[in-house]
Amino acid sequence: MADLTTNFAGIRSPNPFWLASGPPTNCGEQIMRAFDAGWGGAVWKTIGEPIVNVSSRYSSVDWNGQRMMGLNNIELITDRPIEVNLREIAEVKKRYPKHAVIASLMVDSKRETWHDIVKRSEDAGADGLELNFGCPHGMSERGMGSAVGQVPEYCTMITGWVKEVARTPVMVKLTPNITDIRVAARAARKGRADALSAINTINSITGIDLDTLTPRPYVGGQSAHGGYCGPAVKPIALHLVQQIATDPEVGLPISGIGGVAGWREAAEFILLGCGTVQACTAAMHYGYRIVEDMIDGLSNWMDEKGFRTLDDFRGLSLPKVTEWKHLDLNYKIVARIHEDKCIGCDLCYIACWDGAHQCIHRAGYAKPPGAEAASRERLTVTPIAKLDAQARTNGRTPPERIPHVDEAECVGCNLCWLVCPVENCITMEKTETGRPAESWDQRTAKASGV
Amino acid sequence: MSLMDNAELPVSRNLERFPELHPALDSQSALAEANRCLFCFDAPCMGACPTHIDVPRFIKKIASGNLRGSALTILDANILGLSCSRVCPVDVLCEGSCVMHRYNKKPIEIGRLQRHAMEYFYSRPAHALQPGPAQDPTKRAACIGGGPASLTCAAELRRQGFAVTVFDNRPLPGGLNTYGVAEYKLRPTDSLREVEMVRALGVEFRQAAVGTDVPLADLEREFAFIFLGLGLGSMERLGIPGEDSAGVVDALRFIERYKTKPDFEVGRRVAVIGGGNTAIDAANAALRLGAAEVHLFYRRTEREMPAFSFEFDHSKVEGVRFHWLAQPVQILSSDGRVVGIKFVRTQLDEADASGRRNAVPVANSHFDFACDMVIPALGQSRLAGMLSSTRSIELKRGSIVVDRPTGRTSNPQYYAGGDCVNGGREVVDAVADGKRAALAIAAALRSEMAKGVEHHG
Repeated sequence: MADLTTNFAGIRSPNPFWLASGPPTNCGEQIMRAFDAGWGGAVWKTIGEPIVNVSSRYSSVDWNGQRMMGLNNIELITDRPIEVNLREIAEVKKRYPKHAVIASLMVDSKRETWHDIVKRSEDAGADGLELNFGCPHGMSERGMGSAVGQVPEYCTMITGWVKEVARTPVMVKLTPNITDIRVAARAARKGRADALSAINTINSITGIDLDTLTPRPYVGGQSAHGGYCGPAVKPIALHLVQQIATDPEVGLPISGIGGVAGWREAAEFILLGCGTVQACTAAMHYGYRIVEDMIDGLSNWMDEKGFRTLDDFRGLSLPKVTEWKHLDLNYKIVARIHEDKCIGCDLCYIACWDGAHQCIHRAGYAKPPGAEAASRERLTVTPIAKLDAQARTNGRTPPERIPHVDEAECVGCNLCWLVCPVENCITMEKTETGRPAESWDQRTAKASGV
Repeated sequence: MSLMDNAELPVSRNLERFPELHPALDSQSALAEANRCLFCFDAPCMGACPTHIDVPRFIKKIASGNLRGSALTILDANILGLSCSRVCPVDVLCEGSCVMHRYNKKPIEIGRLQRHAMEYFYSRPAHALQPGPAQDPTKRAACIGGGPASLTCAAELRRQGFAVTVFDNRPLPGGLNTYGVAEYKLRPTDSLREVEMVRALGVEFRQAAVGTDVPLADLEREFAFIFLGLGLGSMERLGIPGEDSAGVVDALRFIERYKTKPDFEVGRRVAVIGGGNTAIDAANAALRLGAAEVHLFYRRTEREMPAFSFEFDHSKVEGVRFHWLAQPVQILSSDGRVVGIKFVRTQLDEADASGRRNAVPVANSHFDFACDMVIPALGQSRLAGMLSSTRSIELKRGSIVVDRPTGRTSNPQYYAGGDCVNGGREVVDAVADGKRAALAIAAALRSEMAKGVEHHG
């Protein structure tokens, strides 16, 4: 059985699954239930001077009938008094000494104010601190959150203030709403941060109600931009994590955040170097119970792969991410359509014609419009099986609907394989070009005689 | 007065007895189902539909929330999209050809999605279709019969701007959609909604029997082209002694009567004769109307039965009892009322050239069956004889012979489609015939107009 215990910049937890700072970590009662469900740690809903929220606060992007592919919120930090949050931190730590409790903090940009909140949080028993320099809505208008994270000098300065008094590890939570996240990460490093968490939510307008013409979420006839999260943001988060994980000037442990809904995403973030992962939207959607399969699935995958601890596979995918100029120009694949699996939807055919390189064909037709026109001209009547003695061919795809690939023309773009709804019906097969590996970098160097 | 208010269709009691076979989709299930559609290119479902409805296109419009566009996509190909969504044998048409079958997935519920879009359309009165720009009003077409083929032909001609009149000898148009389809599939009100839409396009309806009330010669003078959507007329007679007894009602009359006569009484022990889809409809209806037992007799076996297998399966679930290899030879009556049937057992001979095995009576195998109602459903005869003899319209085995892509008969003034051509298939086949004929008639009318211009010029 795989060992999931984690030591992240000195913060220990029974597994790498933490709840991110947000509505699921609003109070002690919630966090204790989350720990009972199996979560290894929790980053407390950001503590600071209590704010006033609006209603409504969330909106989502639904996709093809699935709810909440992406979630957007305009909720601010905690609306509860600092003392109440700190008292509850103490209570949770007393009852759950082995679980990680991280205090997320956001206060006015004054040295004394930061010193005060850091000391009080640590006195309450927090295992670590997460500086919220990422919240992109509301708080940023007041000079906090991403307003700090977007200015490297502020980020360094405030992190430095915190480090002057902090006794526990200090994490800086980065905003993705910036041109180059490495600059922000370096600034945190310069302020002597012990770790980073990335990413915070992305500036967003999820959509507009086409009856009221008002963006969502609707607040009394208006809306405001919010922070985007959930499954939709994972690819962006993975890229930004990879950027800071490979930057030689950063070199800090990373807690990965952004679209973590199950063990697969967790494995992906860890493969790109993360020490822990944080989830929020998935817990808001389905409740704390989702952690059970995160733990179980990751353990089973690790057992199958022969990884005993998280460190055994942490960062293994990082060397496989490179720059385009280093990719092998002589690596060649082509699409193969496996006729026995083809259901004749012809999505690959039209995708190749309209969206790629016109190298998938249907017998008898030079171009797609010809095939469509022929179908429209065909006379069809309702078959009456016992009178018409027509053979039913439901189980078999008519051969004329099975497209074929012109392999000489195929550029190996993957599009047909991506659109094919049937598993393993289209495979991308390596073909031998007979030429040795050569990247663009090498080719241009050779051409210029270097 | 709207057709909907017509007192001739007291459907209230029937709605209770004939709950729908396939209830409507609510909007969320419709969205989920629409999103399952792969959006195949040159989709097989579209090819399998006799009217070639662009199925993936209308389904994706449901998914995008463009229900009006979805309905118009359907109506563009099939003006009777609502009734077809309810009565089509989708298992052997669109849904039967769905590629989902080929990797062990449930086919998309195309019929129910179509109904979802059409019901949205009909729930908004502002959605009326517009006729095309008006053409020369002296170049007109007539459609004989008020059923699906004629309605479609007329609607399509109006969409092209031509003046068209439908002649129907029944009080309500719609043909079998109004009078002859079982209630658990299609309600007469839905058929009449479609008639209203066709009327709103500017089609003129006249209740008159062509050939008697309106002589053919008058018609030929008034109209440049005539479309024959005659249907099948009444059922073939049994041709055995006693069939005039009270309690013998042919299947189409039976379905029509329970729909239109509130006091219509079904028998207690009912025998249905025949093995087609109409026989099954009548048998199911008799059970639901309160018959204690319904027995269906067919002279061949289950294997040769022309009814769709899902219709057969459905009717077994309903409780119809089936008897194979039995042919009626006499209706037994007492005081002019049915009391039973005398049958002879049959056996099947070798297959003939068409592959069908004929039923041959077995000597000395007679038996009596007691019942108080007999519903023959024996295939159907046609009313085209007169046209054949006086207008040289070619018939083959009682059906009108046409050029399939245009619906043109051997008499160039006449076109035909629907049951009177295909011998009795589905509503959707009649719609396809009507549409093809309308396109050909419109082209012919245009060429007449061009000739007129030349003539004057």
